[in-house]
Amino acid sequence: MISPLIKRGLRLLGNTELSFSSKNSTFFDLEKYSHNTAIITESSKRLSYKVLLDASRHIGKHIKKRCLVFLVCNNCFASVAGYLGFMQTKAVPVLINHTINNTFLYNLLEAYKPEYIFLPTEIPVSNINCKMVSSFDSHKLLKTDYNIDYTLHEDLALLLSTSGSTGSQKFVRQSYNNINSNAEAIAQYLEISSADSPITTMPMSYTYTLSIINSHLLKGASIILTDATLMEKRFWETLRDNNATTFGGVPYTFEMLKKLRFERMNLPDLKYITQAGGKLSIELSAEFADICHDKGIKFFVMYGQTEASPRMSYLPWKYARTKVGSIGIAIPGGKFWLEDENGNVIKENDTMGELVYQGENVTMGYAGSCFDLQKGDENKGILYTGDLAERNADGFYFITGRKKRFLKMYGNRVNLDEIEDLIRTAGYDCVCTGTDDNLKIYLTELDDKDQIVSYIAKRTGINRAGFSLEYIDKIPRNESGKVQYSALV
Amino acid sequence: MTNKQKYNNVFIESFSISKNALEKDLSYNSIPEWDSIGHMSLIAVLEEVFDIMMEMDDIIDFSSYKKGFEIIGKYGVKF
Repeated sequence: MISPLIKRGLRLLGNTELSFSSKNSTFFDLEKYSHNTAIITESSKRLSYKVLLDASRHIGKHIKKRCLVFLVCNNCFASVAGYLGFMQTKAVPVLINHTINNTFLYNLLEAYKPEYIFLPTEIPVSNINCKMVSSFDSHKLLKTDYNIDYTLHEDLALLLSTSGSTGSQKFVRQSYNNINSNAEAIAQYLEISSADSPITTMPMSYTYTLSIINSHLLKGASIILTDATLMEKRFWETLRDNNATTFGGVPYTFEMLKKLRFERMNLPDLKYITQAGGKLSIELSAEFADICHDKGIKFFVMYGQTEASPRMSYLPWKYARTKVGSIGIAIPGGKFWLEDENGNVIKENDTMGELVYQGENVTMGYAGSCFDLQKGDENKGILYTGDLAERNADGFYFITGRKKRFLKMYGNRVNLDEIEDLIRTAGYDCVCTGTDDNLKIYLTELDDKDQIVSYIAKRTGINRAGFSLEYIDKIPRNESGKVQYSALV
Repeated sequence: MTNKQKYNNVFIESFSISKNALEKDLSYNSIPEWDSIGHMSLIAVLEEVFDIMMEMDDIIDFSSYKKGFEIIGKYGVKF
């Protein structure tokens, strides 16, 4: 006979295993929200936190603790339940968007050799051996036969891509504490409550969307999941039918809202909207600050990177109109400073330097394959953002440029040197430059321009509308052969 | 050039597809090129070619090549 005391102990042990706990923190204690609605589906089905937790336990019980799982997700109940289930079991999910092409998926599988794959039933897994373990709703759980001995660092919680659906094998290693602290900070400055109801506008594998999901689950809010974009009737119907109170958008989202004449829309339930994923132009920023002001919607411009889980700063909505173009101030618990080229801290205002961030949400580092998953924290809470910024006398930060050669394309980071390499490997001399959402490829011959754009669009997973080709008779280089990008403007 | 030819060309050029692809009831998300970003440029080019300004409801209702005839038709373009 088991004594009541031991029974209680066992139960406690069981509970500990099911909660999100790391060394110093326990988070996402969702049991207390059992009766709240957790998820609202496109068909307006409302699922409670109890249903969500039951589902996540059901999925989680099929897998081992501390193993790697590929979570191929779309914005649906099964993906969120799987995400929670893996986190609860302390398996480490790798979030991958369901639009990934088969070759890229195969390359990622070979690089990371996960023990399990949780993916939509309709997506086939070819070229690797795996067997079906169970199915759940729209998803199936497969066990691979990768049998490789690698260790997952005890703090490692999650792997996220920095570049959307490109084939890049570079993932960011996030700890339990990273996710927890960032969700807490976001919930605090946005004043998220259980009455909130965000609707998704981007894939959940995208760090910004995941942060919206995390910070709202943390507060017992109801998340409306849809794969529809702002350009679809279904999106607006889902938003209206379920009284969404908020959504987030990358700069391109605001281009779409402008095209749809957001100022004319009647959306009485909308309380606040957020913007991140790249710098919104001053014009659009000012325009939306005014529109939101007139409509009584709080407008938050924010700044982050996947490397920071992702949120680093926000512009308090009251300043949306007076500090247009600013990324605001560091999030609660975080700290910003600027450094000059020699690594000295810049004390003066209005002086440009590299933006450096410190906070608990700075991730552990990168991974390029499964062999990097045993690595500990390489950043020690400090992130050199690669962005150039200035701070004004009021303490607000403004991004003014970038140290590295990359662009933000519809919210995704694209490295210009990598694009050049891809095109050169295909046999064409080229140079790339451009601005966010408009990547310019300069070529010395335009005969195959259509194929080149198609190839790059396919390789990056970015719509061809984002690329423009221009002819130059010669690639401008200096005496040492270095490309003179300034000569292209 | 007829309006139908103009209409077809907008799709062919925006999405870099062949004329055959149009007949298979080309619709939103049926090809990678026609996502939200492709949709924005499609609408912008259609507005320019036909010199019209589309309403929100028509932009989000423009879900296929076929449906588009009906929608553009509302703005007085005859096919």
